[in-house]
Amino acid sequence: MRAALRKPPSKAGDRVFLGLSTASAWVILLILAGVLVFLLVKAAPAIAANWADSSQLQDRTAGNTAGWNSFWPYVGPLLFGTVWSSLIALVMGTPVAIGIALFISHYSPRPLAGVLGYLVDLLAAVPSIVFGLWGVFVMRDFLKPFSTFLNSYLGWIPLFGGDLSVGGATILAGAVVLAVMILPIITAISREIFLQTPSLNEEAALALGATKWEMIRMAVLPYARSGIVSATLLGLGRALGETMAIAIIVSPKLIYSFQLLTDNNPGTIAANIALQFSGSNELQRDALIGTGLMLFLVSFAVNFAARWIISQTAPGGRRRRRKARTA
Amino acid sequence: MTTATNTGASQRRTSALTTGHLPRFSELIVLGCAAAVSAGVLALFGFSVTGWLVLTAVVYLIVIGVLSGVVEGRRKSTDRVVRGLVVVAFLLALIPLISTLWTVVSRGIGQLSWSFISGTDRTTFDPTTLEVKVVPGALQAIIGTLEITGIATVISVPIGLLTAIWLTEYTQSNNPVRRVITFLVDVMTGIPSIVAGLFAFSLFALIRGPKEAFSGFSASVALCVLMIPIVVRSSEEMIRLVPHELREASYALGVTKWRTIMRVVLRTAVAGLVTGVVLAIARVIGETAPIYIAAGATNRLNTDPFNGPMSTLAVLSYTGYAFPNDQDKAASLLEAWGSALLLVIIVVILNLIARVVATAFSPKARR
Repeated sequence: MRAALRKPPSKAGDRVFLGLSTASAWVILLILAGVLVFLLVKAAPAIAANWADSSQLQDRTAGNTAGWNSFWPYVGPLLFGTVWSSLIALVMGTPVAIGIALFISHYSPRPLAGVLGYLVDLLAAVPSIVFGLWGVFVMRDFLKPFSTFLNSYLGWIPLFGGDLSVGGATILAGAVVLAVMILPIITAISREIFLQTPSLNEEAALALGATKWEMIRMAVLPYARSGIVSATLLGLGRALGETMAIAIIVSPKLIYSFQLLTDNNPGTIAANIALQFSGSNELQRDALIGTGLMLFLVSFAVNFAARWIISQTAPGGRRRRRKARTA
Repeated sequence: MTTATNTGASQRRTSALTTGHLPRFSELIVLGCAAAVSAGVLALFGFSVTGWLVLTAVVYLIVIGVLSGVVEGRRKSTDRVVRGLVVVAFLLALIPLISTLWTVVSRGIGQLSWSFISGTDRTTFDPTTLEVKVVPGALQAIIGTLEITGIATVISVPIGLLTAIWLTEYTQSNNPVRRVITFLVDVMTGIPSIVAGLFAFSLFALIRGPKEAFSGFSASVALCVLMIPIVVRSSEEMIRLVPHELREASYALGVTKWRTIMRVVLRTAVAGLVTGVVLAIARVIGETAPIYIAAGATNRLNTDPFNGPMSTLAVLSYTGYAFPNDQDKAASLLEAWGSALLLVIIVVILNLIARVVATAFSPKARR
């Protein structure tokens, strides 16, 4: 009787709300597809163009596409530079980042851990342009004595050979700044996974007389291995797309070179776009968008792999993480 | 030394259960000695702070390793060396943070003045010395930053929040669409920012023609691509923290689903949601590349986000360094540092707001 008297409120509001939120979810898929489609459409004329005969592309007063006879040899050195600089950054950044994560999760005094984690997260909040300027005015000079030493004593190793850069605009300087920029993301993810290690495993190791390091090596690291791999991949994804550090600090060229300490450095896709975009004519911009499409595909693949590894490992990991946070 | 007597002592009462131990404060003592020795060595060759720190760390690690290896055995020695390495790694991360902030503050602080904030670039010409001076101004960039980030926030927050609601409230965890979207949102957080800029440029170049493509709104669209996934992730996590009992109590009272979500779920999670949004704004407000690609750059004041190029503080910082004014290069560089400092101040304030909101209004359920 009562129910009949007080009719339940109409379901219209519910339906509208459900519709809106479902639509939003689909909008995200649309955006992702849109990024791919619009880049493809805009880049297609430049990728398909006959570069050798195109007056726009061979215009030496604008852009840097002149002298290349198709899109692929043009994007080649850029792709190489993107991957190369990111790898250097990764080699320098990952061990430090994992060290920091271990410090925060297992070595620092408990009450301090939150604050220390926040300090590292602050690194992620610094805008990339600020890191770029810092790299130009501080890191270049800071690395000079070090580069001189490497070049004069270890110059027989191809990495450190070549003509030493006078100004310090080396790919090493750029990669060091990149390494700093990817520290927070690698640290944040490995830290979370280190904290998820079942404490029974840790306590068992300690009870058997293991030292702290042995406990970490036997209980924490094996548990976190795939997490570390995916954190590293996410760091790689971040490094691939970083623009300003390389654009400002390094003096990029369209070459293949493994030398770390010279003025002749391979540029990255993102830096090349930032540096050339405003001075380019229309078809050259399309070519730059084409290189951006390549960057999108590469970093999408890297991120995809990283997230896939995360989602495959530790079923119930999410549940555990939430418990750790609420506790 | 103390270590010698210690080994002596442990040898005297030989027991299977005790081995040698370094005295309690030996790590600090070794660290002090390492610092003193490195300072002495460097004083002979020329002193530098970085060299001193590096040498101290190396000497410390070697000495503690050897000392502990002799007294305590290989296992404990490795343990102590690793402990040292881990601490070094952490300190290593603090150096760039402190150095960056110090550089920005020390170089930019002289630039912050009312005339810098309240005007655009002006040139003054001194008739006696024939010198052209540029008085830098950042007003156009401040307005650009506020408009572009503001529009991006207005678009991203509803979409992000509604998606998070759909993912948490309307779907089961085995729903394939939900799994795909969660996964793609995660992947989207890794999209390079410059690609977002190129996307917005391509979109508007195709709609409005390549000449008219630059606008503040275009930059907002680029920022949306970066911001939506961040908002979704943070909101999703916050909504999941709302206890199920609250929802069930609301349903039991006959409240409809959307009212339950609005009045119970979102209200309980509001602090976390606000924190997430503020942090997302702080993330995208410092973006340079996408805005430079999508909105161009300008030194003139442009308050219309739908027409003509716009600058933001980050872009002004970049152009001030990379494309300095020919008449007065020093002023352009100062402008770059000044706007970089302004940007850092804004980001720090946003981070503080986020922390204050998170601690002050945290729902009781999280305790």
